[in-house]
Amino acid sequence: MFETKYGRAACFYDKFERKNGDPEVTTYCPGCGHGVLHKMIAEAIDDFGIADRTILLSPVGCAVFMYYYLDVGNIQVSHGRSPAVATGVKRVRPGSVVISYQGDGDLAAIGGNEILHAANRGENITVFFVNNGIYGMTGGQMAPTTPLGQKTTTSPRGRSFAVEGPPMRVCELLATLDGPAYIERVALTDAKNHMATRKAVRKALQNQIDGKGFSLVEVLSACPSGWKASPPDAIRWVEQNMVPVFPPGVFRDIDRSGDIRPSPAPAQPAPATEAAGGEAASAPAAPAGEFKEIALTLSGFGGQGVLFAGVSLAEGAVHEGLETTWIPSYGPEMRGGTAHCHLRLSREAIASPLITRPGHVIAFNQPSVEKFAPAIVPGGLLVVNSSLVKGLPDRQDIRVVQVPAYEIAEGLGNPKAANMVLVGAYIEVTKAVGAKSIHDALVEKGVKAKLVEANMQAIEAGRRAVRK
Amino acid sequence: MRRLLKGNEAVVRGALAAGCKAYFGYPITPASEIAELAAWMFPDAGGVFVPAESEIGSIEMVYGAAAAGVRTMTASSGPGVSLMQEGISYLAGARLPSVIVDVQRAGPGLGNLGVEQGDYHQAVKGGGHGCYKTPVFAPGSVQEMYDLTAHAFNVADRYRTPVFVLSDGALGQMMESVDLHKVAVEEPDKTPWAVAGTAETRKNLITSIILEHEKQEAHITGLEETYARIEEDEVLFDEYLVEDAQILVVAYGISSRIARAAVQQARAEGVRAGLLRPVSLYPFPSKRLRQVAGKAYGILAVELSSGQMVEDVRLFTGGITPIELLRRTGGMMPTAEDVAEKILQMAKTNIR
Repeated sequence: MFETKYGRAACFYDKFERKNGDPEVTTYCPGCGHGVLHKMIAEAIDDFGIADRTILLSPVGCAVFMYYYLDVGNIQVSHGRSPAVATGVKRVRPGSVVISYQGDGDLAAIGGNEILHAANRGENITVFFVNNGIYGMTGGQMAPTTPLGQKTTTSPRGRSFAVEGPPMRVCELLATLDGPAYIERVALTDAKNHMATRKAVRKALQNQIDGKGFSLVEVLSACPSGWKASPPDAIRWVEQNMVPVFPPGVFRDIDRSGDIRPSPAPAQPAPATEAAGGEAASAPAAPAGEFKEIALTLSGFGGQGVLFAGVSLAEGAVHEGLETTWIPSYGPEMRGGTAHCHLRLSREAIASPLITRPGHVIAFNQPSVEKFAPAIVPGGLLVVNSSLVKGLPDRQDIRVVQVPAYEIAEGLGNPKAANMVLVGAYIEVTKAVGAKSIHDALVEKGVKAKLVEANMQAIEAGRRAVRK
Repeated sequence: MRRLLKGNEAVVRGALAAGCKAYFGYPITPASEIAELAAWMFPDAGGVFVPAESEIGSIEMVYGAAAAGVRTMTASSGPGVSLMQEGISYLAGARLPSVIVDVQRAGPGLGNLGVEQGDYHQAVKGGGHGCYKTPVFAPGSVQEMYDLTAHAFNVADRYRTPVFVLSDGALGQMMESVDLHKVAVEEPDKTPWAVAGTAETRKNLITSIILEHEKQEAHITGLEETYARIEEDEVLFDEYLVEDAQILVVAYGISSRIARAAVQQARAEGVRAGLLRPVSLYPFPSKRLRQVAGKAYGILAVELSSGQMVEDVRLFTGGITPIELLRRTGGMMPTAEDVAEKILQMAKTNIR
């Protein structure tokens, strides 16, 4: 047990020098719960000896200037987002003790999503949730926690189920999630409940220090100014009108230390990327073709491996030291619609990666012939998958190469590799990229040996098919 | 070593090369590969990856990690960046170094997944509330997705500001070979201001609320002084055949690639065209633009928006040269031939 001490908590500033005006008094009204709760938190920080590593997030609301008072690391945050900010802080500074101090408008209304997900992730942080049923700082507007019937400046006829809906019970809501370790509601009313609050504050902080996981303490608290009541009447109002709606109690108390993995501390200094550090560029293989720049469009159905065929060619080209761009169609059309990609291979810097007049087209299906063959430049090349393409374009000024890619791939016992059969046929006809370059690039990329071999078999079969 | 990479992959590698330690993100096409790769690579590099509950959550987690003194980032596309604007304003107000990558797509509203450059204003003009700006760097290649992402972290720390990398769906999705070279990491000591949960940083305060009007004004004046330094020292641009250009094309991002091809085509037709590519959009390369604009007969702005960057081109040239805009929107892109034709037409009209 801690011994009873009298006097001011050490982690309160002696003078509130960040504050404008009198540095001896706080910004809080008489009878307000904030001052009491601040004191309980400050005393716990002292007793646990954690002031140096405590990071306090001040919310929007009356506690926005909490950093006037507590001599710890202080971060002021935007309305409702504190649990997300706390996540960012705690994940990169796992040794710190992060306190998110929030009111009911902040936590239950605008920040509903942030608290829900921080709780569900089981973030090892401590949340103090001050519930006084209204927006205090902005002048007493209705909050999600305002009891039915209560008149506020934005529920002037009294909150009704029909218009504003019933009050939201945050502890009960969060207790439906598996993530949190500890959830308790307390009330700052009589001495007994003050003691219960003090105990809950300490437990919520101790949990974080022990790595037990997400802890939240909801504190029912009076707002005499907002309620236009004297401090004693306001406390009675908590007892009579809030406690029945928001019953105090423990809603969750388990140890999540085995479930939440502490974030690894960021290593210092920054590591360079894997490739950094003057690794010698691989010597380019002898370029096979004589071209200056190739503009190739590959097109087919989604699922035919069109994009991968393009990537394989691009990988091989990069391996040969060519300038290369590959740009896909992307988006919902990938699901069952057409897929195409544009590939440029060049010995010089490539301007636009887009292609409107391809020199070469590999058409995996009939619609691709209709779509791209008319745009091929005179003297260009059309490679078609003749397993699917029956209608050829009426053009005498281009070369057409027909490859029964499905039949060939099936002959290899690998019907999925039809795309690579087309790649093989293409490189045999154009000498754009060497087969060995594609092989080596795929190996370097870490593609599984079995898959590389299957792809290379298909490429070789495609090359043979057009050599005859 | 050169590697074939998607633009979005290059962003992650550039960030890690620059010592970024924490990634927070929410999926959105066409930026999702950034979060997907970050989910693998950040933990492996001893860093942090959290899939956030929303873009609001992402940017606020960035706020937390930046306040704690760690290099941090997020990435999204237009709709997500709109959601982040609240947090970006707070980052600017609290002076927290951070990097936001926007892989632009078509809008407004849900728009579509196609390539657009309609986020110029919300990135370049300080898209959230209040008097602030953010440096904005616009890659023109997958290599620059790597280089400028890394550069953005140095600039963010140098001035304690959020920094945008303004990319687009084409650059995010396309692959090019990238030199994953070592990056100069200029990360200053952050203990004077960060809140890191340590004895040395206990006295520090991160906040964007200053109640006294005089003090808030002084704070904004400080920001303005920072922006003046940024305008002086952080201008980046690239140019292609501008020295003798009669028709000057101004374009950034994927548009600049199309424009470059168009310049080549126009030259082949005998029109001396050139390309000025702003790489920093804020600060805009205004001095260089004025220099080359003064020698040109006409300026052609090419962009994938109704005309956002062109407003800056008009602003900084002050009417010294006739300006035309060639734009496509909604996911459509002009062809190099379209742009070349426009250049030839402008040459006919303006060169006498």
